[in-house]
Amino acid sequence: MSNKTGTVPLWRTWFVVHRESLLSVLLFVVFVGGWEFVNDVFRVSPMMLPKPSAIAVSLWDGFFHGDLLWHFAVTFYETIAGFGIGALTGLVLGGFIAQFPLLERTVYPYVVAFQTIPKVALAPILIIWLGFGTLSKVMITATIAFFPVLANTIVGLRAAPADQIEMLQTLTADRLQIFWKVRVPQALPYILVGLDVGIVLSVIGAIVGEFVGAQAGLGYMILQRDLSMDMAGVFAILVILSAMGVGLHLTIRYVQNRVVFWMDNDANRTTGA
Amino acid sequence: MPLKVPSIKGATLAIAQGSAIVELAPRPAILVRDVTKTYRTRTGELVDALAKTSLAVREGEFVTIVGASGCGKSTLLKMLAGTLRPSSGEIMLRGAPVDGPNREVGVVFQSPVLLPWRTVLDNLLLPVEIQRRPRDQYLDRARHYLKLAGLDGFEAKYPNELSGGMQQRVGIGRALINDPAVLLMDEPFSALDAMTREFMNLELLRIWHADRKTVLLVTHSIPEAVFLADRVVVMSPRPGQVVEIYDIDLPRPRGLDIVTSEPFSGYARAIRRHFNVETLGSGGRNA
Repeated sequence: MSNKTGTVPLWRTWFVVHRESLLSVLLFVVFVGGWEFVNDVFRVSPMMLPKPSAIAVSLWDGFFHGDLLWHFAVTFYETIAGFGIGALTGLVLGGFIAQFPLLERTVYPYVVAFQTIPKVALAPILIIWLGFGTLSKVMITATIAFFPVLANTIVGLRAAPADQIEMLQTLTADRLQIFWKVRVPQALPYILVGLDVGIVLSVIGAIVGEFVGAQAGLGYMILQRDLSMDMAGVFAILVILSAMGVGLHLTIRYVQNRVVFWMDNDANRTTGA
Repeated sequence: MPLKVPSIKGATLAIAQGSAIVELAPRPAILVRDVTKTYRTRTGELVDALAKTSLAVREGEFVTIVGASGCGKSTLLKMLAGTLRPSSGEIMLRGAPVDGPNREVGVVFQSPVLLPWRTVLDNLLLPVEIQRRPRDQYLDRARHYLKLAGLDGFEAKYPNELSGGMQQRVGIGRALINDPAVLLMDEPFSALDAMTREFMNLELLRIWHADRKTVLLVTHSIPEAVFLADRVVVMSPRPGQVVEIYDIDLPRPRGLDIVTSEPFSGYARAIRRHFNVETLGSGGRNA
């Protein structure tokens, strides 16, 4: 026996600490294994539902022998660029609307009216205006990412407690100081929720744009592979898209935890969209 | 209503309903002359929060205002702080009319109102930052104050890591950091438990003895009002008005032992009489 008597073996504490992660991984293994097994036993046509192993092979081939990496890069660029433009517009416009009630009464109704238009329906128009290249996809993504950021910015900038504002006023703070020292920090939790919603929607925006008309990107690839009945290939792209969405979401969550460390809980953060 | 004329060393002042005669030899730190405040509610009706009120506070004097909810004491304090304008009358701070928030005034609120994303030190230095004073010059002062307030080693902590009493001490420190001439305190200890409250009262007196600022403190607690003050102003609600002013002739510096002394109980009894009669059945919002 290498262990000292009375101490819990290291591997056991490791298992206790990582219990939930282990369960989660186990669930994945059982699900994928079951899927593979059922496909084998019932001889499900690969045209209907490919086996997980076939999807994995397609992923590997796509990345190392095909041009999947290039298409991924195109979609990733469209997502990030569109998100950046949309979020920045939402932030700036939200900042102005929250500060000037006149803007809220005159401009905001039109913004809401615009938001009610399904962005998918705008895609064909934007492609005619901006062409089949990445620019049209970037703009479609931007229109989608814009609103959740805008709505949360407005709500957040108004969330500052009256006593904090009054406290700053008694210190002879001017309007701009109140904005930067109280309103903006108080708005950050809300804005980050808006960004979180926005970035996940951005992936959808880029794909939808590519569906309507594109020369490259993962959405374009889905259509190509669908036409050639390459179901394993389509599923492989779904895996990439999901991983991309999760990765972007976690990035925002990381920023969130760094920036709003002072929040005790996330009970009173709102979500828009 | 009989005219009450309390005499103060070096100053004579009279307070009465409807008229005010204010004769003061030296310039008072705070002068409230015939001030009223009327609010319009959302339904459009007018509510008198404060009836015609006059009050003078000398430089270096510690005055407490005691009254039930809705007697306009917080309203009066907000007007002194410059965040609320009187409906009529005049307010002077050290000879200058109040037309907005003033650097000469430090305000301590009912809750500490600390900014949760700032460390204790950065909360303390907020007034310095807002008033664009050189931070370096106030850093030593801030550290010195933290030591005084028993917050040594807490300067890099965030407010949610502090107890309620510690948070309020940071709030008081923030009001004192840029050395204002007048300190306005709106029920600063009402959220604290009785033990912490007594401790904070002693702390406040200790700080006050050190630099003798003019302090105007609003409270619900009669013992607290008597314990701290040179003078206690008693206000009654609906509409808020000054009913009586008591000179508290107790020796300073004061320790907790005076609370059980005969003169102390005498003052407390006299003040309490106003509330037994006048505020029966009055609750309502804190105006």
